[in-house]
Amino acid sequence: MNYLNENIDSLNKKLQDGEITAEDLAKETVKNIKETDKKINAWITVDEEAKPAENLDFNKNKLAGIPIAIKDNIITNGMKTTAASHILYNYMPVYDATVISKLKKAQATFVGKTNMDEFAMGSSTEHSYYGETHNPWNLDKVPGGSSGGSAAAVASGEVVAALGSDTGGSIRQPAAFNGIFGIKPTYGRVSRWGLIAFGSSLDQIGVMSKRVKDSAEVLNVIAGPDEHDATVSEQEVPDYTSFLGQDVKGLRVAVPKEYMDAVDGEMREVIQKQIDVLKDAGAIINEVSLPHTKYVVPTYYIVASSEASSNLQRYDGIRYGYRAKDTKNLLDVYVKSRSEGFGDEVKRRIMLGSFALSAGAYDEFFKKAAQVRTLICRDFEKIFEENDVIVGPTTTEPAFGIGEEISDPIKMYNNDILTISANLAGIPAGSVPAGLVDGMPAGLQIMAKRFDEGNVFKVADFIERNNKFYEKTPTGMED
Amino acid sequence: MNFKSTIGLEVHFELKTKSKIFSPSPVSYGAEANTETNVIDWAMPGVLPRLNKDVYRLGIMVALATHSHVLPVTHFDRKNYFYPDNPKAYQITQFFQPLARDGYIEIEVRGKKKRIGIHEMHIEEDAGKNTHGANGYSYVDLNRQGVPLLEVVSEPDMEDPEEAYAYLTKLRQIVQFTGASDVKMEEGSMRVDTNISIRPAGQEKLGTKVEMKNLNSFDHVRRSLAYEEKRQQQVLLSGGRVQLSTRRFDEATGKTVLERVKEGDADYRYFPEPDIAPYHIKQSWIDEIEESLPESPFERRKRYVEEYGIKEYDADVILQTKESSDFYDAAVAAGADPTLAANWLNTQVNGYLNENQVGIADIKLTPEHLAEMIKMIKDGTISSKIAKKVFKESIENGTDPKKYVEDKGMVQLSDVSVLGPMVTKVVDDNPQSVEDFKNGKDRAIGFLVGQIMKQTRGKANPKVVNQLLNKELQSR
Amino acid sequence: MKITKDEINHVAALSRLEFGEDEIDKFTEQMGDIINMAHQLAEVDTEGVPETVQVVDRETDFREDKPEHWESRAELMKNVPEKADGFIKVPVIIDKDDNE
Ligand SMILES: [Mg+2]
Ligand SMILES: [Zn+2]
Repeated sequence: MNYLNENIDSLNKKLQDGEITAEDLAKETVKNIKETDKKINAWITVDEEAKPAENLDFNKNKLAGIPIAIKDNIITNGMKTTAASHILYNYMPVYDATVISKLKKAQATFVGKTNMDEFAMGSSTEHSYYGETHNPWNLDKVPGGSSGGSAAAVASGEVVAALGSDTGGSIRQPAAFNGIFGIKPTYGRVSRWGLIAFGSSLDQIGVMSKRVKDSAEVLNVIAGPDEHDATVSEQEVPDYTSFLGQDVKGLRVAVPKEYMDAVDGEMREVIQKQIDVLKDAGAIINEVSLPHTKYVVPTYYIVASSEASSNLQRYDGIRYGYRAKDTKNLLDVYVKSRSEGFGDEVKRRIMLGSFALSAGAYDEFFKKAAQVRTLICRDFEKIFEENDVIVGPTTTEPAFGIGEEISDPIKMYNNDILTISANLAGIPAGSVPAGLVDGMPAGLQIMAKRFDEGNVFKVADFIERNNKFYEKTPTGMED
Repeated sequence: MNFKSTIGLEVHFELKTKSKIFSPSPVSYGAEANTETNVIDWAMPGVLPRLNKDVYRLGIMVALATHSHVLPVTHFDRKNYFYPDNPKAYQITQFFQPLARDGYIEIEVRGKKKRIGIHEMHIEEDAGKNTHGANGYSYVDLNRQGVPLLEVVSEPDMEDPEEAYAYLTKLRQIVQFTGASDVKMEEGSMRVDTNISIRPAGQEKLGTKVEMKNLNSFDHVRRSLAYEEKRQQQVLLSGGRVQLSTRRFDEATGKTVLERVKEGDADYRYFPEPDIAPYHIKQSWIDEIEESLPESPFERRKRYVEEYGIKEYDADVILQTKESSDFYDAAVAAGADPTLAANWLNTQVNGYLNENQVGIADIKLTPEHLAEMIKMIKDGTISSKIAKKVFKESIENGTDPKKYVEDKGMVQLSDVSVLGPMVTKVVDDNPQSVEDFKNGKDRAIGFLVGQIMKQTRGKANPKVVNQLLNKELQSR
Repeated sequence: MKITKDEINHVAALSRLEFGEDEIDKFTEQMGDIINMAHQLAEVDTEGVPETVQVVDRETDFREDKPEHWESRAELMKNVPEKADGFIKVPVIIDKDDNE
């Protein structure tokens, strides 16, 4: 069964009414994935024996019996977790990420793990040890990344919702490229316990779904305090579905000119049209400036890579994962296991990070980036003094072709220029489908104050109700 | 040519917590390999650290006890290096903003008092343990991974090995009395690294440092520094240069041996730990901890000497370890005469500890039992001769002295109404002794006392018997 | 700013990575470009600006000192490539530094 025309509410109703059993739903989902994935390769691991939880309570738990896709950098007890890396090709976790424990409590069904850029480093899902994922709108195009597998799985109707992770745009950019909704919550809203670390001060688990409401349902379950994560907030989690179905009259919407200047042609028109829709509905549109936008890419690549270079040192061939053969001594085990286990993009970032932290470079690179990060944060604080949300394009272009940018790291890095700031500032940000550009989806990005995911949902839901993008079927899936 | 030595010490203390610094694994010594570990200690993908509150509390105690200034905002940093006992390949430590700075302790060497500065102290996690096999393999045990450490870094204020020895002794005593650490070098809960450089007298610039790590005892610290002083002098006198290096002390030869030459500081790529937010330490919490700080060794010494009137030397012996001082205090609190308690502790108890190579925590004698026994000596219930027997029984088997004395009928017989008739009878029965006494033979009295002792099976109070006998014999 | 092959080799050694001869040239060039991009930050005036290394509202989060025992050592060890008697087995550490 495919979910192109389903959502959590519709499935919940079918399960309640006994139209389908949760067992069959799991089986049908797996069957469909096996078929669909021949085209898109959105999954690394599919659990052919997937079963729903016991004693399902469809009344109490909206997610009961509903298959949710999990990005393969989220730890699942007893289900192989690889982060799309050769170095973890056989890694079998012995505990659950907090988001998984919470989804288990909510009785969701787990069918497998989705493809991604290795260790979430990339914007195209081409950097995977398990092969690239294809965009369901055009199989020759990338799905974006790094949560490209989750995005393609949702867009192609393999599941209604998926977990992704977002360090510099890894949920929002693939959501935009695949014509679905995706939200990166506030840093500290969702526990990172069990998320394989990339950039610890930037990483955040979030949700991707075709319908805005489905992400609200899932975020309701996974957000909130956790004794395992010292950086997660103790603030209470509101019911995110309560922000849906509202109007936007009087909402103060900032539009950064640097973001609009980054797009032209059809992309600019599509985005402008959504802003006009908000304006027509009574929102107050303010043009604003984010003056440090041109520095976000270098700032981000220094911060994220520095943290990554340290976070990825534990993959050393000693306690788990890939260990190189024919090693002469300990140094050999380290160097060969790591050199054979990591892909090129991961190595580049480890190298950049080690460099930025090294004795002679620290002040000029890491420290400098940490200072510029402060200036970037201040830009946002200033805007949010007088605005409720910031909107603009999620990406500068729609999905690019497979193989087009992979050989040019800098070009690839610049893809993230519009999404990175939200991670540096730790604010929530979502991407909702805005329309088609050259036949490929484009996304409208919505950012809000820290812990104000509510306004992201409010605006996204308004846009969704208005353009009904979800009625479109991905063109690559038609035979 | 005259030389001046400059010595600095880095001392690691394992802080005494029940669980590890960033994971809830239990802290224990000597458990089977890798049994006291969890996913955090293993640095499994996806795990995060969470700081144990007691680590900070204990660290602050030591800071306060050494007059150090606790920083209002501290945070953790990562020190990156690869090693099998270091599973994350970084150690979480405090590099930029440590727990405390600018303290000092006072030492006394050859009758001269001197302050040794404490540059800073920081909190960090311990690493696991590698055991090197003979077969080309090493074996890693992560039980110690994540045990909390406090590293106390002195200023390079020490000028000879004796000062270093005195500093260590004092520092250990201070830390031990806070209760923050077990300070046992043999179990690794206290570890000492030294560095020493020398320069010709009059030269301003410090010489090249030589570092020695993980010395086994204070004595080794003293001996290795003394050896290094001489060795470096010889190197300089013969026109050579001291190499920036790490050396190790070889116990068998008493010499230091080069381990590795350092080309400069290793590049640990320190940066702020992003998984843990900064710690804002409230003054109210520091005050609370200060209030709860146990009595320091200096305060105790003052109490022993001024209130209890015991000799300074005896006080120092008692204060050598916190355990013995606690034992002493408990015995006095249970009613023991302070002077008698000090004597028994420093002679009999210490004798037993030395003979059996055990610590005071390992023996069966309780302070309460010692106090009971001392009370019985004081009120004449038992003689000091009997007391030795009672003590032996108590320390070996944990027997309650009072009960033992009663059960064995060891209570001293001092009652004149009982002893009087016995004395009369024994004098009546031994006319020869009366004769001898009159002739000035002292031996006679000894014989008669012996008779009474025989009859009472040793229980008669010899003092009372002597008095009665004298009176009885005089009257004949 | 130009990064040299030697610098790349130093950073690779710190990172426990190695590159083949042809790879190293490509990497040196790419790294040079990336570091140049990063170097753009030099033009931002950050005089007196504090560093942001984290965006966390929560301060001073402590865990109570309560020990918890992980039930199964075997479970923790199941991913270990080489092990013996409850230990993780690794090739012996060869100290490359010379001895006296
Ligand atoms: Mg040190
Ligand atoms: Zn240390």
